[in-house]
Amino acid sequence: MARLIVIGNGMAGHRLVDTLTRADTDRAWQVTVIGEEPRPAYDRVALSSYFDGASEDDLLLGDLSGRADQRLAERVTAIDRERRTVTTDTGTTLAYDALVLATGSTPFIPPVPGADLPGCHPYRTIEDLEAITASAEGATTGAVIGGGLLGLEAANALRLLGLDTHVVELAPHLMPAQVDQGAGALLARMVADLGVTAHTGTATSAVTAGPHGRASGLDLGETTLPADVVVFSAGIRPRDDLARRAGLDLGPRGGAAVDDACRTSDPHIYAVGECASHNGTVYGLVAPANAMADTAADRLLGGTAAFTGADTSTKLKLMGVDVASFGDAHGRGEQGALDVVVNDAASRRYAKLVVSDDATRLLGGVLVGDASAYGTLRALVGRELPGDPLELISPASSGAGAGPAALPDDAQICSCNAVTKGDIAAAIHDGACDVPDLKKATCAGTSCGSCVPMLKTLLADAGVEQSKALCEHFAHSRADLMEIVRATGITTFSDLIARHGTGRGCDVCKPAVASILASLGNGHILAGEQAGLQDTNDHFLANMQRNGTYSVVPRIPGGEITPERLIVIGEVAREFGLYTKITGAQRIDLLGARVEQLPAVWARLVDAGFESGHAYGKALRTVKSCVGSTWCRYGVQDSVTMAIDLELRYRGLRSPHKLKGAVSGCARECAEARGKDFGVIATDKGWNLYVGGNGGFTPRHAELLASDLDSATLVRYLDRFLMYYIRTADRLQRTAAWIESLDGGLERLREVVVDDALGIAADLEADMAAHIDGYADEWRGVLEDPDKLARFVSFANAPDTPDPTISFDTVRDQPVPSAPVPLGMPEPATAATAVEA
Amino acid sequence: MSVLTTETPAAARDWTAVCPGALLAAERGAAVLLPGGEQAAVFRSAAGELFAVSNIDPFTGAAVMARGIMGDRAGEPTVASPLLKHVFSLRTGLPLDGEGPGLATYPVRERDGRVEVGAADGPAGGAL
Repeated sequence: MARLIVIGNGMAGHRLVDTLTRADTDRAWQVTVIGEEPRPAYDRVALSSYFDGASEDDLLLGDLSGRADQRLAERVTAIDRERRTVTTDTGTTLAYDALVLATGSTPFIPPVPGADLPGCHPYRTIEDLEAITASAEGATTGAVIGGGLLGLEAANALRLLGLDTHVVELAPHLMPAQVDQGAGALLARMVADLGVTAHTGTATSAVTAGPHGRASGLDLGETTLPADVVVFSAGIRPRDDLARRAGLDLGPRGGAAVDDACRTSDPHIYAVGECASHNGTVYGLVAPANAMADTAADRLLGGTAAFTGADTSTKLKLMGVDVASFGDAHGRGEQGALDVVVNDAASRRYAKLVVSDDATRLLGGVLVGDASAYGTLRALVGRELPGDPLELISPASSGAGAGPAALPDDAQICSCNAVTKGDIAAAIHDGACDVPDLKKATCAGTSCGSCVPMLKTLLADAGVEQSKALCEHFAHSRADLMEIVRATGITTFSDLIARHGTGRGCDVCKPAVASILASLGNGHILAGEQAGLQDTNDHFLANMQRNGTYSVVPRIPGGEITPERLIVIGEVAREFGLYTKITGAQRIDLLGARVEQLPAVWARLVDAGFESGHAYGKALRTVKSCVGSTWCRYGVQDSVTMAIDLELRYRGLRSPHKLKGAVSGCARECAEARGKDFGVIATDKGWNLYVGGNGGFTPRHAELLASDLDSATLVRYLDRFLMYYIRTADRLQRTAAWIESLDGGLERLREVVVDDALGIAADLEADMAAHIDGYADEWRGVLEDPDKLARFVSFANAPDTPDPTISFDTVRDQPVPSAPVPLGMPEPATAATAVEA
Repeated sequence: MSVLTTETPAAARDWTAVCPGALLAAERGAAVLLPGGEQAAVFRSAAGELFAVSNIDPFTGAAVMARGIMGDRAGEPTVASPLLKHVFSLRTGLPLDGEGPGLATYPVRERDGRVEVGAADGPAGGAL
């Protein structure tokens, strides 16, 4: 095996190792990564999310263990090109056959007096963020020097730390590298709305010190600014000292010079990312770094990939403001290029297209405030315009003029995964009939997701009917049926299917309608005809296991339980011989109860004050919590009380899919709230509300809906969010997919929930109030009703005879189902209840 | 070889009274124990028609079919297993979602207010 050493464990180094080791199926390379940071590679682009509740772990990139030897907290001090070795600061010398430089860049700190005072920081690593957080403690003001992309991210971080924040930019407007004057001016207004003051065309002449020798302000020449925390984000410098000392050729503005193969002047040494200079350009964006890493990886495996420069188009959301820049945004590359501009300061929207001198070809552009046309416009760069350029960016026509119909087949729809319109069309031709199908077939829309609306449009354009029919019995979606039931006041399935469906129903529509009826408060779910609609789990108020027995999960709100109740659970488990396990949701699962045992098990539990935990239902499951400020030295709010309040408020709430929540008492997030449908994270001012998270097949982190809420507002927003979800989501659609399906996504949800854009907030809250008033424990309801109890029998003609096919083995002192009878074998004829192994 | 072969001769059809007719609500199954330890799942449609199939889900071996949801597919009465949601015809016992084992069916009738189940007709349509 040949030895590959990668110096630098940032995003470019990680990408290279990841790509190489995935493709290197013959194991041609033995890979060693040497990185000076103390942790595995993390997502530097998402750094600012650290201040928004993300943990260090959230930022980590994919694990490379098993694929590369990772030497962390170790720095390479010299390269010996003659002997092909590198030496590190631990005194170790390692030999290589090929070497990759991925050393990245260092932040440029302008040489102004005071730049080294305590309270001054760069913005590049997790350590920097930790230092900024420490400096912000007790501080009231902050300033960022540099109003570029990263500078605005840093400003947002200071804002989230509660500082009165200023941004100082030397250029005449914000984000000078990406946008023009007009867009920059709008951007300045929009960040001002968020409380960040921009000072453009302004040079910093010094950082001034306060009485304790810490930074206290900026000297801006004519004026001064108070600033207890100063963050430098004034550009980067490639880290090329190793390359320089090794005698490699450098680019005109620094960085190891590389060719199209990303190879340096030494054929055994490659350079990728911000430490490399390609045709004199050092790229400071992640997409070009990834492209370079992919190229070098391919070359190392004998391929012929070439890096010929990168598209620096970007679309991002800064402090909630959409900003996009694509192609030649400044019109510098072509003589006589024309600008077509829509600048609507009133509705906070700016769009500029740069077109050729005869206005027939699109060269580039800038969008601020509304970047929804980015996908189409970016794909049109370098091509003939489908019509009047103004049409493409005037709000009235968005979707018409700028629709993907205008695109040629080779235009990229998904730039993250390089999927063209032709690829999409082929997948549709091959039978893809919805967005999930397209994602599976082409990978389009699986990274940033910004092309999903275009995928929907392409499906619609191709005439693919997006059938909303629930099943053969109803031509309606769940949301439609919900509206019908609400509007007509129908209270039974028979009535609904007779008037709005066909046939007798099935295992798809019956539980879906049962859930709708339950959400709208139609009494006990086993009352009358409703019982026959329920999935077996709901029918017997317990979760059916593989051998036909059930699990029993009593509600333990917030995961808080007294020793007395804990003992009752233990006693019940022992008495009925149930397998006992702690669940991931801070409660206790008792498994192996036969159907005829369930009432007796629950009689004991209800007696001790337990209620149904609804573990069997498409309903609220739990609201998990950490111990919060009551016990934890870091806690800033009482997360346990909030979790219990929320769990008791929403218990029994039937929904399109299961619902989970959690409350964390501080930003350390021990309750894993961002993995839940609704997650509440304490701040020192109140609560941040996150929505749309889940675990399972496709794990998703919840996204921030609203921040620093007081408890009453938090509950109000949650009432609205949950009821809006229940009213409008599809059957078995979890909150994440539902939010994605809303036209406008999370933004739209925020408009409805926070701004009450639909004027239904009061209605949603009233529905929730009705649910809360109508709540009664389902298990108590069964135990008190002989008719319902009569269903809990093993056999209609032998109610107390245990099912003879159920038997248990003993594993680790607990009963578990015996191995299933293999297919093709006669069932056991013995009537034994339990066969000991 | 079939899943549910029993030694009961199909010719000599003995009827077992399994429950009062009133106990069997429309579109809700009931499990019943037959002589010899076999289990059947008995259903009544909304129109009053009775069905009896094996209570054993052939895909999992668990005795759960009576706890499945009754429905119809293009008019054919069905039951869906509560475990892995396989759907079977209640008339023939055949699986309706492609290949696979089916359910044995039983003759069933209502006499003098009692539901009676006969010996198995055999495994569904020789699906195995």
